Amino acid sequence: MSTHIDPVNPAAAHDAIPAVDPRLLVREQGFSGYLNEFGRKMKAGDLGSIPVVIGLVVIWSIFQGLNSNFLSPENLTNIAITMVATGMIAVGIIFVLLLGEIDLSVGSVSGVSGAIVAVLAVTHGVNEWLAILAAVAGGALIGAIHGFFFARIGAPAFAVTLSGLLFWSGAMLQILGSNGTINIDSDGVVGKLTTYYFSDVAAGYGLAAVAVVAYFLASFSDSKRRQAAGVPSRPLGEILLRTGLLALFTFGPAAVFNQYKGLPLAVVLFVVVLVGTDFVLRRTSFGRNVFALGGSVEASRRAGINVTGIRIAVFSISGTFAAIGGLFWASKIAAANQSAGAGDLLMNVIAAAVIGGTSLFGGRGRTWNALLGVMVITSIQYGLALEGIATPIQYMITGAVLLATVVIDSVTRKTQKTAGRA
Amino acid sequence: MVHVSAAPVLALRGVSKRFGAVQALTDVELEVHSGEVVALVGDNGAGKSTLVKTIAGVHPIDDGVIEWQGRPVSITKPHDAQNLGIATVYQDLALCDNIDVVGNLFLGRELKRRGVLDEVEMERRARELLTTLSIRIPSVRIPIASLSGGQRQTVAIARSMLGEPQLVILDEPTAALGVEQTAQVLDLVERLRERGHAVILISHNMADVKAVADKVAVLRLGRNNGVFTVADTSQEEIISAITGATENAVTRRAARTGEAHK
Ligand SMILES: Nc1ncnc2c1ncn2[C@@H]1O[C@H](COP(=O)(O)OP(=O)(O)OP(=O)(O)O)[C@@H](O)[C@H]1O
Ligand SMILES: [Mg+2]
Repeated sequence: MSTHIDPVNPAAAHDAIPAVDPRLLVREQGFSGYLNEFGRKMKAGDLGSIPVVIGLVVIWSIFQGLNSNFLSPENLTNIAITMVATGMIAVGIIFVLLLGEIDLSVGSVSGVSGAIVAVLAVTHGVNEWLAILAAVAGGALIGAIHGFFFARIGAPAFAVTLSGLLFWSGAMLQILGSNGTINIDSDGVVGKLTTYYFSDVAAGYGLAAVAVVAYFLASFSDSKRRQAAGVPSRPLGEILLRTGLLALFTFGPAAVFNQYKGLPLAVVLFVVVLVGTDFVLRRTSFGRNVFALGGSVEASRRAGINVTGIRIAVFSISGTFAAIGGLFWASKIAAANQSAGAGDLLMNVIAAAVIGGTSLFGGRGRTWNALLGVMVITSIQYGLALEGIATPIQYMITGAVLLATVVIDSVTRKTQKTAGRA
Repeated sequence: MVHVSAAPVLALRGVSKRFGAVQALTDVELEVHSGEVVALVGDNGAGKSTLVKTIAGVHPIDDGVIEWQGRPVSITKPHDAQNLGIATVYQDLALCDNIDVVGNLFLGRELKRRGVLDEVEMERRARELLTTLSIRIPSVRIPIASLSGGQRQTVAIARSMLGEPQLVILDEPTAALGVEQTAQVLDLVERLRERGHAVILISHNMADVKAVADKVAVLRLGRNNGVFTVADTSQEEIISAITGATENAVTRRAARTGEAHK
């Protein structure tokens, strides 16, 4: 069998780009191949980020038509800063959604985190960094507790975190005590989270430049390594195209921010979190195991993956990011109050994750989805607020948008099944 | 036949397994030596897959002893079996649909470079492995969901070969395969034996069993029902052990009426 000549694939091990099964639709090299693949993916229901980007363009055009201030640097900066709180929580919930589970407690947990920081730092005068550490560690612990009941005891995640939703909002009220609202020093660390700007124009452009160069070098060296190893690699043209797109989406926002007060700290932190979590999910064993669990729990178990450990870790991550989101929330309203983490926050978080393209069925999604989704949600909120449309209507619109997204997700999944890509 | 080593690689002594009200395995004995292919046969529901899963650590045994190279070991989770050098291809496939071929091949034992997944090396090794096994997959970067049943099966088999295991267990590996692929899997089994690996092969296909196995162990209703040397046993003898025709009058009569229907 070692001398067996493969009739279809004679060059397999040696050529960098071997001949493949002729029935298989793989992308040809070059840009026309790119377009072909794009069309095929569309038909197969592999829509990726396209619907969201189109949706975002439509939303922005409508609101800009209604109010010419909508796309002003000031309003866009405000949207960017406000969305970070929801976005951080959404990053955490994406980990849970990748498992095919849900965490309904994130809103309440974010409220607890804000309350912990306020009570420790303001009421008890604890060092603010310590207070932040306590709040984030608290979130991680709460998440781990949920994870324990789900993974170890075997209770449905939905039920565990629904109990958590009530329990932790009670805990938050208890921590806040009778007066209900604790104002936060807006010049403190937490306050600065959403009020600090890198006002030097060089900051925004510099960061964009670093990102673009780093991306290009990483892609280029990866492509070189692939060539050396004799596996398919991205052609230089494609790398340049991708780098160009990245430049557009980094220098563009940097220019907008620089026309107002500069690059907001909150946005920088959010991007750092997105890059970091994306790396963890796609480049580490842990991330691979999360996807595996979302694909098939039994297969993962048989592959020797520590199912219980991964599940607990994922819920702990969700709690951690809920806590971090809570800090941004407290910073934004400069207070910890009784309504923190309540209302439509949970819905917005789930909507952001799903709108961005994370599947509710597990195993499909990226943390970058949180960015796109939360931009859509926050843009709608700001646009409606600019038009003076009241909260009830806002709730109804957000609800309708979430439903629409879930429908897209379900239809996508069905199409993908028939196209053999579920 | 070829007893390369004195102590069997794997020996089961009086292994029992219960699922609630179902006694799936009762006092099962089994020995596999290196360089030996043992076929495990039996009717549907005889307990073959359950036996495989106890060895692989998916369903830990309730009673009895598992010996690995002469020493009793405890296998309570899949990792235990993997660490001993047992690779398993399950009947109900154990692949993740949403992950690509490379990812599935290395699932649970990813290659890393400075703590980060080494996708390039994994892809290179995957292509090399698939080529040496003459396995044709359209691309190693498409999700398992887009492969045919037989292609998935070959990926699952390739996966078991990655870690140079000492014992390979194949639970009906050829059930979903075409003629050519079946021949390749049987070739593969023979090559494993030549390289001194031990193989447990489960199959309902007597022709396959006779072609590659050295010994045939028969399970019936969760119990041993004979171990035969393939070279000096006829197909009829094995079949009657499977159907229980050798057991007692009632089962023999059942077997006869079964034959009368044919
Ligand atoms: N997870 C389980 N829970 C409960 N009962 C089980 C489980 N797995 C197997 N059984 C029972 O154990 C018995 C043996 O099943 P097993 O799958 O081992 O049969 P098999 O010999 O592999 O059959 P086949 O040839 O159909 O694959 C059956 O009665 C089955 O119902
Ligand atoms: Mg079976």
